[in-house]
Amino acid sequence: MLVIDGLAKQYPTGDRALKGVSLTVPKGQIMALIGPSGAGKSTLIRCVNRLVEPTAGRVSLDGQDLTRLSRRGLRRARRRMGMIFQEFALIERLTVMENVLSGRLGYVGFWRSWLRRFPAADVAAAFSLLERVGLAGFEDKRADALSGGQRQRVGIARALLQNPSLLLVDEPTASLDPKTSRQIMRLLRELCRERGLAAIINIHDVALAQMFAERIVGLKLGEIVYDGPADGLTADVLTTIYGEEDWSQTIRPADEDGDEDAPAIPPHEPAVPIDRERLAGLT
Amino acid sequence: MPVATVAGTKVWQRRARGTQFAIWLGWLAATLVVVLSWNVISERTMWMFVEDAHVQAADLLGRMVPPRWSYMDRLWQPLWDTLNIATLGTLIAIVFGVPLAFLAARNTTPSRLLVRPVALFVIVASRSINSLIWALLLVSIIGPGVLAGILAIAFRSVGFIGKLLYEALEEIDDSAVEAIQATGASRPQVIGYAMVPQVMPAFAGISVFRWDINIRESTVLGLVGAGGIGLQLEASISQLAWREASVIFLVILVAVLASEWLSARIRHAII
Repeated sequence: MLVIDGLAKQYPTGDRALKGVSLTVPKGQIMALIGPSGAGKSTLIRCVNRLVEPTAGRVSLDGQDLTRLSRRGLRRARRRMGMIFQEFALIERLTVMENVLSGRLGYVGFWRSWLRRFPAADVAAAFSLLERVGLAGFEDKRADALSGGQRQRVGIARALLQNPSLLLVDEPTASLDPKTSRQIMRLLRELCRERGLAAIINIHDVALAQMFAERIVGLKLGEIVYDGPADGLTADVLTTIYGEEDWSQTIRPADEDGDEDAPAIPPHEPAVPIDRERLAGLT
Repeated sequence: MPVATVAGTKVWQRRARGTQFAIWLGWLAATLVVVLSWNVISERTMWMFVEDAHVQAADLLGRMVPPRWSYMDRLWQPLWDTLNIATLGTLIAIVFGVPLAFLAARNTTPSRLLVRPVALFVIVASRSINSLIWALLLVSIIGPGVLAGILAIAFRSVGFIGKLLYEALEEIDDSAVEAIQATGASRPQVIGYAMVPQVMPAFAGISVFRWDINIRESTVLGLVGAGGIGLQLEASISQLAWREASVIFLVILVAVLASEWLSARIRHAII
C-alpha cells in the first residue's frame, strides 16, 4: 500500500508543482492520474521514487517511509517500484534481453552486470516475461530496431522483472497510436491483476483512463480536484480539471466496458500479436 | 517594425528601417577595415620578391622533378616509425583521455567543485599546446627519438579525446539514465548501463578521427627531432636535395590519403 501525505514540490525556479497532495493507493489498485499539462502528474510519480526530491510531505510504501531513506536504502526501495516511461527510455543500442535484465540491476553487483553475467533465475524470469508480453524470440534484437508498441512492451518487461509491488507509469501511451495504446493499457491491467500490483498511471487520454482504471484522480495546478471511480467523471468534473470545453464526446458511453475487451495476447498463438502489430502499420 | 500600414494596407518587410540602416553601416565599416588593412600590408611587403614568386616557384618545382625514386629504400623505416608514433600515441591518449572525460562531464564527475575544474584544466592545458611544441619540449627533456614523438602525440590527443567525449557524455538522453536509476541501480551501474552504451559511437568516431589527425601531425614531428619521416624531410631540405623532398611529400600524401580512407571506413562501419 502506498500512502502519500501532504506531498509538496517547489522547483528551484519557484514553480510549485505540487501543493500538498495526499493519496492512498491500496494493494492491487490501478489508479489513473489525469490533468492538464503542467498539473504536476510527472512530478508526483517522480517524487514517489525520488527521481525528484520532494520539498515537503511523506511517502510510504508498505509502511516504509521513502522520503527519509539514505542513498543505499533508497536504492533498495526503488527495486520495489517499477517505472514505465512515455518515450520508453530503453537503452537503444543494447539488445532487448539486456534492456529487460537491467530491471535486475538493483539486485546484482557491478561486475556481474557489467559482464552481463546475471543469475540464471533472472535470465529465466526475463525469458518468461518476454513471452508474456508477446516478445518471445526478440531477445537478440536491438531496442532501436523495434516498433513503438514493441518497445513499450520491453519497458513493461523491464519494470516487472524488478518484481515490484508498485508500478509508476508515466504517459505509457502518449507516443503510441490508438490501437497500440489500448493493447498496452490492456496488458498493463492484466499484469497488475495477475500479480496483485498497484499502479499509478499518468495519462492524457481521458477515455483510456476511464476504460482501464478503477479509480481516477484529477490533478490541477498541483492539487487534487477529483478522486473517485471512473464512472464519476462527468462533464462538470472534467470542467473542474481541465477548464470549460464541450465534454460530451469525451465521456465514455455507459455500455462500453473495457472488461469485455479481448485479452491482450491470445494464449494459443504467441507469434500472432506481433504480426497484428505489423499489420497495424507500426513497424 | 517590420509591419507598417501604408495607405490602409499592411506592408511587411524583413527588417525595420533602423535595423536595415545599422546593417548597411556594418557593411560599410567592414569594407573600410579591409581597404585600410590592405594598405598597411602592402606598405610592409617587399613587392620585389613577390613579383618573381611564380619564377621562384617554377624553379623549385623544376628542381623537385623527377623525384629520386631510389630514395624510397631509405624511407620505409621512417614511414613505419611515423605510423607507430601516431597509433601508439593515440592508444595512450585513449587510456588517459577516457577516464578524464568521465571526471570532466557534468553528469558523471564525482565532484563538480573539486574534480571537474581540475579535469577541465588538464584538458585545456593539453589542447592549448600544439603537438609540435610538445615535441620540442619533450625532445629537450627525454632526448630525440620516437619516444618523444609518441608522447608528444599522446599529450596533445588526451585533451582532444577528453573534450569531445565529455561533451558527448553531457548530451546523452537523460530519460534512459532516469530509467536505470529507477531500477535501484548503483551509480557505477547507471554509468555502465545507461551512459556508456550511449557514447560508444561517439567514442569510436573520436578515436579514429584523432588517429587520422595524428598520422598527419606525426609526419612533421621529425622536424624538431622527435622521430618519423619528418627527420628525413628536414635532412633533405637542409641539403637542398629537392628531388628527395618531393619523394617524401608524395609518401606523406599517400599515407594521409590511406589513413583518411581507412578512418572513413571504420567510422562508417561503427555508426
